[in-house]
Amino acid sequence: MTPPLLEAREIGKTFGSVIALRGVSMLVRAGEVTCVLGDNGAGKSTLIKILSGVHAQDSGEYLLDGTPVRLGGPREALDRGIATVYQDLAMIPLMSVWRNFFLGSEPVAGPLRRFDVALAKRVAREELRAMGIDIRDVDQPVGTLSGGERQSVAIARAVYFGARVLILDEPTSALGVKQAGVVLRYIARARDRGLGVVFITHNPHHAFPVGDRFLLLNRGTSLGQFDKDAITREELTSLMAGGAELDDLAHELDRHGVAGPAPAEGSAAEKEPVNGDEPPGQGAGGEPALGRRPVED
Amino acid sequence: MTSLPADERIAGAGLLRRLLIRPELGSVVGAIAVFAFFSSQSPVFRSADGVANWLDPASTLGIMAVAIALLMIGGEFDLSAGVLTGTTGLVMVTLATKYGWNLWAAMLAGLVLALAIGFANGLLVVRTKLPSFIVTLGTFLMLQGLNLGVTKALTGTVQVSGLRRAEGYDGAQALLAGSVTVGGVDFRVAILWWIGVTALATWVLMRSRAGNWIFAVGGNEQAARAVGVPAARTKIALFMTTATAAWLVGSIMALRFTSVQANAGIGQEFIYIIAAVIGGCLLTGGYGSAIGASIGAVIFGMADKGIVFAGWDADWFKFFLGAMLLLATLANRLVRRYAEEVRR
Ligand SMILES: Nc1ncnc2c1ncn2[C@@H]1O[C@H](COP(=O)(O)OP(=O)(O)OP(=O)(O)O)[C@@H](O)[C@H]1O
Ligand SMILES: [Mg+2]
Repeated sequence: MTPPLLEAREIGKTFGSVIALRGVSMLVRAGEVTCVLGDNGAGKSTLIKILSGVHAQDSGEYLLDGTPVRLGGPREALDRGIATVYQDLAMIPLMSVWRNFFLGSEPVAGPLRRFDVALAKRVAREELRAMGIDIRDVDQPVGTLSGGERQSVAIARAVYFGARVLILDEPTSALGVKQAGVVLRYIARARDRGLGVVFITHNPHHAFPVGDRFLLLNRGTSLGQFDKDAITREELTSLMAGGAELDDLAHELDRHGVAGPAPAEGSAAEKEPVNGDEPPGQGAGGEPALGRRPVED
Repeated sequence: MTSLPADERIAGAGLLRRLLIRPELGSVVGAIAVFAFFSSQSPVFRSADGVANWLDPASTLGIMAVAIALLMIGGEFDLSAGVLTGTTGLVMVTLATKYGWNLWAAMLAGLVLALAIGFANGLLVVRTKLPSFIVTLGTFLMLQGLNLGVTKALTGTVQVSGLRRAEGYDGAQALLAGSVTVGGVDFRVAILWWIGVTALATWVLMRSRAGNWIFAVGGNEQAARAVGVPAARTKIALFMTTATAAWLVGSIMALRFTSVQANAGIGQEFIYIIAAVIGGCLLTGGYGSAIGASIGAVIFGMADKGIVFAGWDADWFKFFLGAMLLLATLANRLVRRYAEEVRR
């Protein structure tokens, strides 16, 4: 069997006296989605910052294509085909969509090596359309896009630049049900194009429909890595710290005819599916368009 | 996402909004207003001679304002830029007069020194992560002390002079401090340098990779770094650009007056920043324009000379500047809000 695209073995990381990660292992294969789940402060962002070269691990091994590596920085990670869409630092709001799309990898032309603006605008427009992203105007500042559009642009960018591994840090956390569904669809599309996807979320209802493998983090340590057929959605939910209680809360609030609280909105939406005739990908529970395979087996 | 076709959603927000969202809009409106005002006060002001007259202070200020605008778009300040025009001038005149250097060699020495100071400023800022406001305030004070101390130690006075006698003076004077006659009116050649600097800076900002990086490091440095933008290199290069502009202006001034005062350039640093802000630069970085900064400098030039043409006391100049600054920044902010609201 070919070695996995990316593998982390017993990774540890401390910030001064804060132990952010301890003994965490994970695996990413081409054409599969590995989900990293955990509550706030569990160390999800820290883990993927190590994978993408922003931090270096203090202990453990990081392997790409089966070979141990030590990344010198984000640029090196990008050059090795690891693209990351960050939760907190995704794009530059005051810059236009096309400038953001090509930031750091601008196409050049001519003897003066000028930034080929016409090409950049055209490619940005075409690529976004190819991913099914409908942007009004590539000249508009990214700050005026909705959260889902912004994440989608970042995903399209990573796919265009030939990423082999796509890391997404909570791309759906700030989004409403519909927008989250849109982003989940792009994740599935990137996976179908053969990328290995790392999808970080604290919502098991977002993770379960697209995930092939689930890594659970709790306070910096791993609760284990599960293949999809080794775990049910209910088990996943209850393993997440606080997940079970939130579910109960959602039930309780549902009975009183009140909308569920934000963190549980995935579960609420699932129990009461929205009209079936809306465009696919609208549900956070992610029904038709999401899976190559049945969502619930 | 709606299911409307793309065209329908941008309908009604066309050319006007595209113009309005330009960062330099506030300065253009301001420049037209100031021009109209002083023209009505004094016919000389709007004559060709008058224009040549107020373009002169605008040119040297404009060169600096454009460089500072690039730096501010990149998210940093340089308070040492003003005093550095004095330092480079002093070095050049001292080497050429006291040590008998060829003027071109003396100018080159000034450039090397300026680049070194710009590099040091940039390196300190990116390494220490201290605000550039503090770092360059330190450089500013140190240079101010050096300018005075060294000049006094060498000459016993607070100025160096006699550049006219230096070897190579005539050529350099013609190139940097001479004038060109257009339609019987003498225009300072510095105006051409200023236009060249503005054009080059605009090209770099809008049409080069470096320009994309400048906007990015000023807009969100961490995000820029994460997609592989060489943020530290970009910032250091910006500080060196500012220093190079200071060298150019310092040399122009020295050649024009053939002498340099030890306190030259002090107090100018804020004028550069004000011109850049009037031209649409955000104090927080990531947004602005080189042309805007140039137009900001034009407003200064017009106010500076216009007050004299109108026969007022020159004391009013500062009041005028303050009012312009407030009005322009308010206008910029309103316009930006409006433009972004229309987009939603
Ligand atoms: N640069 C840093 N310096 C010090 N502590 C840090 C740093 N980065 C992260 N931490 C700490 O490490 C722990 C894990 O943080 P991390 O951002 O990885 O959590 P997370 O799982 O991504 O949480 P969230 O769901 O809120 O995004 C937290 O306690 C955090 O305070
Ligand atoms: Mg996080």
